[in-house]
Amino acid sequence: MSGKRALYLAGIAVVCAWVLVPLWFIAANALGGQAVISAWPKPFIPDAFSLVTLGEFLAIEGVFRAMLIGIEVAVLCTIFSVLLGLPAGYALARYTFRGANAFRLMVLLTRAFPVGILALPLTVGFIRLGLYDTPLGIALMHTALALPFAVLVSASLFQAIPRELEEAAWVFGCSPFQAAIRVVMPLALPGVSAVAIFAFVISWNEVFAASVLSARNRTLTAYLLAMLSESPLTYQFAGGLLLIVPSVLFIFLVRKHLFAMWGIASR
Amino acid sequence: MRGRNLPYLLIAPAVIFLAVLFFIPLVQTIALAFETRSGPGLGNFVRMADDLNFHDAVVNTFRFVGLAVPLQLAAALGMAMMLRHLGKGRDLVLWIWTIPLGLSDLAAGLIWLAILNDKGYLASLLFHLGIVSEPQSWLTYESPFALFVAVVIAEFWRATAIVIVILVAGLQLVPKEYAEAASVFGASPWRIFTRITLPLMKPSIQSALILRTVLAFEAFAVVIAIGGRNFPVLVSEAYNWQNFNQEPSVAAAYAVVVMGLSLAATALWLRLLRTPAEQRG
Amino acid sequence: MKRRTALRLSAALLAATLATGEACAADLVFTSGALAPVQEAQKMRTIILKDYIGTVSFLPDEPPAMLTRLRAEFQGNARVSSVVGANDGDLAVLAPTGALAPIDDLAAQLAGRGFAPDLMAMGKLGTEHQMYIPWMQATYFMVANKKALPYLPAGADLNALTFEQLRAWGEAVQKATGKRLVGFPAGPNGLMHRFFQGFLLPSYTGGVVSTFKSADAEKAWTEFAALWKTVTPNSTSINFMQESLLSDDVWIGFDHVARLLGALEKRPDDFVAFPAPAGPKGRGWMPVVVGLSILKDAPDPAGARALISYLTQDTTQLITAREVGFFPTVRATLPPDLSPGLKMAVSAIQNTGGAKDSLAAMLPSGLGAKGGEFNKVFLDTFQRVVLRGEPVHEVLARQGETLQRIMTDANAPCWKPDPASSGACQVK
Repeated sequence: MSGKRALYLAGIAVVCAWVLVPLWFIAANALGGQAVISAWPKPFIPDAFSLVTLGEFLAIEGVFRAMLIGIEVAVLCTIFSVLLGLPAGYALARYTFRGANAFRLMVLLTRAFPVGILALPLTVGFIRLGLYDTPLGIALMHTALALPFAVLVSASLFQAIPRELEEAAWVFGCSPFQAAIRVVMPLALPGVSAVAIFAFVISWNEVFAASVLSARNRTLTAYLLAMLSESPLTYQFAGGLLLIVPSVLFIFLVRKHLFAMWGIASR
Repeated sequence: MRGRNLPYLLIAPAVIFLAVLFFIPLVQTIALAFETRSGPGLGNFVRMADDLNFHDAVVNTFRFVGLAVPLQLAAALGMAMMLRHLGKGRDLVLWIWTIPLGLSDLAAGLIWLAILNDKGYLASLLFHLGIVSEPQSWLTYESPFALFVAVVIAEFWRATAIVIVILVAGLQLVPKEYAEAASVFGASPWRIFTRITLPLMKPSIQSALILRTVLAFEAFAVVIAIGGRNFPVLVSEAYNWQNFNQEPSVAAAYAVVVMGLSLAATALWLRLLRTPAEQRG
Repeated sequence: MKRRTALRLSAALLAATLATGEACAADLVFTSGALAPVQEAQKMRTIILKDYIGTVSFLPDEPPAMLTRLRAEFQGNARVSSVVGANDGDLAVLAPTGALAPIDDLAAQLAGRGFAPDLMAMGKLGTEHQMYIPWMQATYFMVANKKALPYLPAGADLNALTFEQLRAWGEAVQKATGKRLVGFPAGPNGLMHRFFQGFLLPSYTGGVVSTFKSADAEKAWTEFAALWKTVTPNSTSINFMQESLLSDDVWIGFDHVARLLGALEKRPDDFVAFPAPAGPKGRGWMPVVVGLSILKDAPDPAGARALISYLTQDTTQLITAREVGFFPTVRATLPPDLSPGLKMAVSAIQNTGGAKDSLAAMLPSGLGAKGGEFNKVFLDTFQRVVLRGEPVHEVLARQGETLQRIMTDANAPCWKPDPASSGACQVK
């Protein structure tokens, strides 16, 4: 039994390494600079670390402001995605209605159609609505891109929550709305946090829509990536590393909620 | 009456939201694909199909989606099940496994280029092990199979996390009693997994497959970073026509094809993994 | 409790962004498809624009995103950007949409600056009016690692290299090292098409469009395919030659000055810079222009004019050359105190233009939005003849038809070095 357990833990460790080792490489290249980037054979641990390139990024004019905008946009996108996606997901899970599959496909269209190809008419539309170059506008666009996740993921979770629980709540005098909020929502919390993770991360990393929909008010990713793709590799690695941090922190903060309920049976 | 309208009320905000922001440009762009100088027609699709890279792009796209998506689902299922038996540190491990989700395409492309290029970490490792003595060119047009494998590995690393999150959240809701009961009656763990856990996770698996397939059809940043000009896929060709060839109508034709494939795949998953109404909670 | 903190946090965020948003609402917005790399953009903001009297928001973008955004601003009537700085080819795409304002009067006003006349003429973009003012110029050349110099064929002069000698050089390097170490920027974002349009074809055929299907052109492609045997197979992923030079993956490479300078600046002692090779008809080379345009109905037209005037005065032009390695478009002598890397670039460029057999090939002009498709003809030909080994004659015949269709559709007359044409340029 303990041999089995050891094997199992070793498996977990191997998967962790599979994820973490490549991440270490981006850090090694960002901190080791050109010496590491063009070395052969590559050192797995750089001889010298330097924060110079990273520091240069933080010194770029407007970086701090772009970071604030980036966070604001991602937070707004998360809120909108939950508000729009959860009710729709609940409807898909609990009711059989005409057009349910059509709605599923419709929500997916924002992902099924490459958004870069839509850029011109999309931006013109945003300008007409007065949303051009505003954090709200970018957040709404990102919400459209995150909505498929919000709707489908929450639908699949609501579907797995037994309807009897809600009906029991009705018997005890809850209105359907109260039942949904008090009984279903706590169970659906893992789903809500999954939706939040997707929305935040999608928004934080999205470049193309953010850069065509904004001029002065850029998210950090759009602000930096516009400069990054033509920059030397040293900058690309440093910028790549810098941009990972906030979304990884966010996932860290909400990860607990993914395990909010350990199965209905375990209560 | 109210009960019948309720689902429509619940989806209304999302529908209105998408209609206002998204559908007008979408319709315009789809119309653009069917627009030629001599009126509506399939001219743009003909130009697309006649293009040098079209055939390769179709083949590459199907090979890529066909291999990456099943691999990712299998791996994510395995990982979600592994987590289930972990006690302390479960959420730390989950966090580590989902980190790639937080990466931009640029970062993911850079990482895998640093691993797989001539003087990359993989070649360096083999060098230290004494297997090779020179930098290795794997990612060129002269070794298309290695290039394909590299693209799939990079995408597998980058985008499996999304499937994990969906499946882990779904697995939360599978009651443990069923499995325990089955175990009391002597069912093997594998039998419990295939006969009890898997069917109960069907809704989550369906969502994960739909989203992952749609995103795989759309993936191109990492593909370009690693494959350069040598591994065209449909979306990368769409962007080429849009950005470099300055022909938005041919780009729109490509985009319509990508959309058609994504929706067809979605319809397939909806049908294959249908949960009959009487089985719903 | 937690919720309240979250609320307070988001309120503070919102307030912060609103405040900063207001602070720069009066800035002149300068959208740019050039100088987008981090260091260049930073130098633009902190050094080149430092002495300008007004405040400028310098917004660099990748050209595709920049074009989309400017077209949308124009179509949607959102006037945010006042000035746009971009490559000739990108401005040529914008001009037919009507997004650029004609600036003949500004051109007249700045005439005393001594702009090179052919650059100023290019600024008309094939129209009656001045559409941009030439801002910076550049070109392409070659850089070699000093380790490659011992293998240079006997009797070859680095500054008067021929394509034949380049091939022999690449072969000698390959023989000695076992590796293919010549490099071309043929990646998805590389500028390979300019090599064909401005260097290979003019050198072999004396033209670009009119001679596209000629026997000379067949020879050019056949010999280039032979040269390609010494070229690193990674070339189809190379977008910026400086990275490959710095990592020793390439010993002899061709690219745009802005994409080579990084290597020259970082390790000036390890590299040499020299003109691209010559063929039977001369040493083809292509000068590149970055222009400045004012957007139609710009929110701040007066500021836009002042900014263009500032950027094209000789002191600013010299600072620009020194800081980012793009050269003046006006009469101005470069100062002697250039960095070693920049000095090498300058002499390579001077040796190109000043070579006895120099044959300048202009950027494609009059193509408007067809510029992208035009480039594709050359890249497709390359892919078929060189990468896939298809027969040259058939490929040129087929691609020549496409090329003719593009020229006829755009009704674009020939440009140098093709002989002038009345009406659309003809592929002969």
